[in-house]
Amino acid sequence: MTAASATLGRRAPTVSAHGLGGMLRGAASFVAVIALLVIAWEAAKWIAGDPWREVLGVPFEPPHVPWLDIKQLNDQNLPHVWEIVGAYFRPATRNSDFTLGAVLIDAAIFTGRSAVLGFAAGAIFGLILAIVFVHSALLERALVPYVIASQTVPIVALAPMIVLWVGRDWGSVVLVSAYLTFFPVTIAAVRGLASPDPRALELMRSYATGWWHVLWKVRFPAALPYLFTAFKISATASVVGAIVGEEPTGIRGGLGRAILQFNEQYISGPEKLWATVFACAVLGITLFLIVRVAETLVLRGRSAPSDL
Amino acid sequence: MTGSPPIVRLGSVGKQFAVAGGSTVALEGIELAIAAGEFVSLIGPSGCGKSTLLRIIGDLIRPSSGTVEVNGKPAVRARRDRDYGMVFQAPVLFDWRTIEQNVQLPLEIMNTTRGDRARRAAEMLDLVELADFRRHYPWQLSGGMQQRAAIARALAFEPKLLLMDEPFGALDEMTRERMNDELLRIWERTGTTIVFVTHSIPEAVFLSSRVVVMSRRPGRITHVIDVDLPRPRTDPTRESERYFELVTAVREALRSERGAEDLGALDAAEITGEPLA
Repeated sequence: MTAASATLGRRAPTVSAHGLGGMLRGAASFVAVIALLVIAWEAAKWIAGDPWREVLGVPFEPPHVPWLDIKQLNDQNLPHVWEIVGAYFRPATRNSDFTLGAVLIDAAIFTGRSAVLGFAAGAIFGLILAIVFVHSALLERALVPYVIASQTVPIVALAPMIVLWVGRDWGSVVLVSAYLTFFPVTIAAVRGLASPDPRALELMRSYATGWWHVLWKVRFPAALPYLFTAFKISATASVVGAIVGEEPTGIRGGLGRAILQFNEQYISGPEKLWATVFACAVLGITLFLIVRVAETLVLRGRSAPSDL
Repeated sequence: MTGSPPIVRLGSVGKQFAVAGGSTVALEGIELAIAAGEFVSLIGPSGCGKSTLLRIIGDLIRPSSGTVEVNGKPAVRARRDRDYGMVFQAPVLFDWRTIEQNVQLPLEIMNTTRGDRARRAAEMLDLVELADFRRHYPWQLSGGMQQRAAIARALAFEPKLLLMDEPFGALDEMTRERMNDELLRIWERTGTTIVFVTHSIPEAVFLSSRVVVMSRRPGRITHVIDVDLPRPRTDPTRESERYFELVTAVREALRSERGAEDLGALDAAEITGEPLA
């Protein structure tokens, strides 16, 4: 056993990609990937989509005729990147005073609030469940099958029932979001809370401590790296949960509603649905990054954080 | 053992472990009294139950039969009264705490005030010569330094008894000898009673006032060898005539308990740990 593995089996930090240079490199690679995606997207349309007619509202009709004609790449199915970007700056609907961008930011904040509440509720519930499981093998054996079963039921089937029980309000949305959040937390927390070296538990026993000290001073800190891994999964799942939860509740003002609305208007304005989809992605990435920053702060001095 | 009441008293202690299809006898008929201030080593082949015996003294394992008294009270009481500190083969330091915070852990649990904790931790880190590393995290320290931090933690609440389970078993020979010197210095300064489990004959002889030799299956005490080497023990001690005689005596005690069929099962450490005479 090496010295490093003897300290409760966690890795010693390696040189990490942090500091200003690392952040700049990270930002540069992010921009590069976006640029490559845009180029690939437009290249596909150039080769097999519709000819260009305008760029950001300016008529632009080069004598270009695509070599191939593939239905999936036409303007109806795959709008030009600038159409989607432009949609953010045009009115959300024909008679709207607000741009689509402003509407989607509002919607993302609305949905984000439900997602954060759902994430918090799910994380707390998931953690409590794990604490119970770690302390009672009997309850673990009895309850784990149901916890697993809960995750095999499609949320789209369950969400309407939750709405029936809880009502057509934000409580349902938070509950659906929490439902998608708790499972990864439970799984990771059970693993993490059980991760301390058995000798660490003997040590605590030699101090004649109660379970509370063992939990708070040993098990919980040892579980934190596991928990943050789960939190990162759950952060994105909580956004999906909030969006899915908004649809059967019919709540207005969130991204779920925006998706339904622009889905109906897809024929007249496909770029609006695409713009909404990207707004959902940005919301998920934002929550993920918040968790990651929290992880870096909380686990400072421990092992090196990765990009995930 | 000059009349002072024993700090550990074991009376016909036995331990059976349940195994598939019955039970196996790990320890049988253990009688041992350890006086305050003694340094006693338990030595024996793998599976002789010496670590189990140490854990029974510390009430981490309950014996199947017999009585265990620590400090004149049942082992359970002694544990609840926090009468002993524990050091394992691995340092078992917590990654998320600095060295200083690791040493303070038992004091936090025992509700010592913040000021006392800091003072006590500083004293202990001075004692193990880690004062300059108190703000470091465990993974920034070498194996030997980590083990010194574990010793500081075990001594932080001034236990009357220190139980050590092969604490230097994972260290290289050079580091181990240096740690042996350190441990003797700490023992002499603190006056703590130490029960020390080891695989290494030279280590047991160098450190102990008595070496308790155990046999395997069932685990029994076969010899108790008094080590009359003068103190303080230093490098010249390791080269003295008497030291080699005692090492030989312990080795022969171990060998006499070993059937020829068991020779193959000898621990490598027992052979390679011996100095060339």
